[in-house]
Amino acid sequence: MAHDIEIIEKTPAEFAYKKRRSDRMMRSQLMMFALMIFLTLISFAAVQAGFSAYFVVPVILLLATIQVGLQLYYFMHMSEKGHGLVAFFMYGGMLLAFLTVLAFVTIIWW
Amino acid sequence: MTTVANSVEQKKGFGATLWDWLTTVDHKKIGILYLIGGGFFFVLGGIEALMIRLQLLIPNNDFVSAGFFNELITMHGTTMIFLAAMPLLFGFMNFIMPLQIGARDVAFPFINSLGFWMFFLGGLFLNLSWFLDAAPDAGWTSYASLSIASPGHGIDFYAIGLQIAGAGTLMGGINFLITIINMRAPGMTYMRMPLFTWTTFIASALILFAFPPLTIGLFFLTFDRMFGANFFDHTMGGNTIIWEHIFWIFGHPEVYILILPAFGIFSEIFSTFSRKRLFGYSAMVFATVLIGFLGFMVWAHHMFTVGLGPTANAIFAVATMAIAVPTGVKIFNWLLTIWGGSIKITTPMLYALGFIPSFVMGGVTGVQQGAAPLDYQLHDSYFIVAHFHYVIVGGVVLGILAATHYWWPKMFGTMLSEKLGKVTFWFFFIGFHMTFFLQHFLGLMGMPRRVWTFMDGQGWNLFNAISTVGAILMGIATIVLIINIIITTAKNERIGNDPWEDGRTLEWAIPSPPPFYNFAQTPLVRGLDTYWIEKQEGHNGYTAAEPVTDIHMPNGSIIPFFMTLGLFIAGFGAMYRIEHSWGLAVLIFGLAFTFLMMAIRSVKDDLGFYVTKEQIRRMERGRN
Ligand code: HEM
Ligand SMILES: [Cu+2]
Repeated sequence: MAHDIEIIEKTPAEFAYKKRRSDRMMRSQLMMFALMIFLTLISFAAVQAGFSAYFVVPVILLLATIQVGLQLYYFMHMSEKGHGLVAFFMYGGMLLAFLTVLAFVTIIWW
Repeated sequence: MTTVANSVEQKKGFGATLWDWLTTVDHKKIGILYLIGGGFFFVLGGIEALMIRLQLLIPNNDFVSAGFFNELITMHGTTMIFLAAMPLLFGFMNFIMPLQIGARDVAFPFINSLGFWMFFLGGLFLNLSWFLDAAPDAGWTSYASLSIASPGHGIDFYAIGLQIAGAGTLMGGINFLITIINMRAPGMTYMRMPLFTWTTFIASALILFAFPPLTIGLFFLTFDRMFGANFFDHTMGGNTIIWEHIFWIFGHPEVYILILPAFGIFSEIFSTFSRKRLFGYSAMVFATVLIGFLGFMVWAHHMFTVGLGPTANAIFAVATMAIAVPTGVKIFNWLLTIWGGSIKITTPMLYALGFIPSFVMGGVTGVQQGAAPLDYQLHDSYFIVAHFHYVIVGGVVLGILAATHYWWPKMFGTMLSEKLGKVTFWFFFIGFHMTFFLQHFLGLMGMPRRVWTFMDGQGWNLFNAISTVGAILMGIATIVLIINIIITTAKNERIGNDPWEDGRTLEWAIPSPPPFYNFAQTPLVRGLDTYWIEKQEGHNGYTAAEPVTDIHMPNGSIIPFFMTLGLFIAGFGAMYRIEHSWGLAVLIFGLAFTFLMMAIRSVKDDLGFYVTKEQIRRMERGRN
């Protein structure tokens, strides 16, 4: 069976552009990767250094939040175009989850 | 090539037909399966309702025993919500939504079929409780203290049956979301989507967020009852109120999952038969989204009397009343759609006109109940029963009946009799108000909800008797509808693409019923009310976005059915594990069978098949 498969060749200019773009993306991914390892190291160091738990726990939670953001925006491409709906659903879900937990904490367990 | 030949209509034996339906992944056939399954459970739930009403016909009646009465109300509510209303709406969503956005199928046809079978076998599992043990008897809300104390296996059937059916619904919802996000035809922007597609989208988003809490709640209940956990047992450090919260975090969005698609159906009908563009389209879309959001922030209005404290009650009361605002926006937009239109009173339009006053009454009592201090009086009385039947029957069921008449010609290629349709409507409408209107007053007079019988001399006799007669009228309406369907099918008078002559959306631009590939060429959408625009410009059909090309279609598969069968078997194992030695083995076998099927699905490549240009041309010529 012959199916219509269109083959579109890239022009040299297009090719060069794509290549430059992926180079840039690769660089940013590597930088983010390094940053994340660094953040993780800080967390471990904070625990090792034996600071008070009231200091260490919030710091680690803060760093974790930053890491989640970096993951989403750089590794999972949410910073790119066409992810508006995904972001809407994710933030919507987070908001609902937050309200639910808030309600449980305040009216059941307080 | 055999697959193509199979999907083209031809005479087949019974076995081949059965196999075809068991393995189908066509969204239109799955839609019809949902309608058949949902219709079956609707009749079942209706019979249960009639038995409840017969028991309450006169004081001190003993038509059924008290225990059996509890089983009846529980199964009536559970069946109607999970197994009748939602699947019937899913049937229309499945069949119509892809046609409205110009798609050839849903995004995941295989999962679509899996979702259907999980709903159906889950529902069957639940209803087998009638024969195998006793049916669940703790109300459709199954509040934990009561449901954990309930002897026998009734509640186990509830927990496991709903778990299976609920998973199917969740899959269906996600499938619709992805279909609408990814498979709209060229030009079909979000703000050109018909309202029924929009409400399908938002209802699916609600499913996505509301069903996981139900899943967790049902797992907790299952573990408490069958595996020795203590989530809800306060003597062991659990908390019985948590079930109520979890249930209503699911439960309130659930009522919007039901009503939003009905809103969508009525929006289509109003603009079609007023022969006008829907008034305030963008406000309608926004109101739908807003209702969806607010729907998650009001669950505790079902729990005002639990003792959450005045602050919590006040917050949830205000949030509840806020929902009335976007709902009011919708009501006014419908009225303004009719206003000045060239109105045609067809059967679907009759339902739509009847819906507005009925639903508004339910909304008004809802706001009343939302006032926490007043709800202390109303809670658990017949007033509540009147409220939710006004919204569910006056909204959702009228919507389903309207959609049945409206889209029947598109789905089956024949027109239901308008005369019988109007008979159905009047019986149903009058019966509905007779049954439920007086229940408001029964509630105010002090009649509690979920009572098996009542004493003479409290002034409740007459209203209860009238209520029962009304229920019988609704039963007659259903019978007339079934007769209508049988006569129409027997006569088999074929109709064209646009039998109402006023169709506005894409589904009316293609044959009735549509060919299995829906659109010979992907349509180009040039505005809201796509087909209306084409007709205005004198075109017959739609503008194509591409030349005729080969169409890629998915193959049917029996695996979804088998996957579900495994879970169905595992459910019995989990339930009988404690008293029978074979229980554990059955549980493990069922799960293993499901996993085996999943493995087969993963390793076996199934790339679907192509319908070639020549075949499409031949088939398209054949129908003109
Ligand atoms: C303006 C919109 C609405 C408001 C303000 C509202 C408010 C309420 C409130 C406060 C209750 C709890 C009463 C109590 O138990 O004391 C309730 C119960 C109920 N509502 Fe609504 N409601 C609205 C719309 C709907 C819709 C659209 C549906 C379904 C399609 C629905 C279905 C139900 C059901 C099933 C119950 C009873 C649940 C049970 O206890 O078994 N409601 N409503
Ligand atoms: Cu509610």
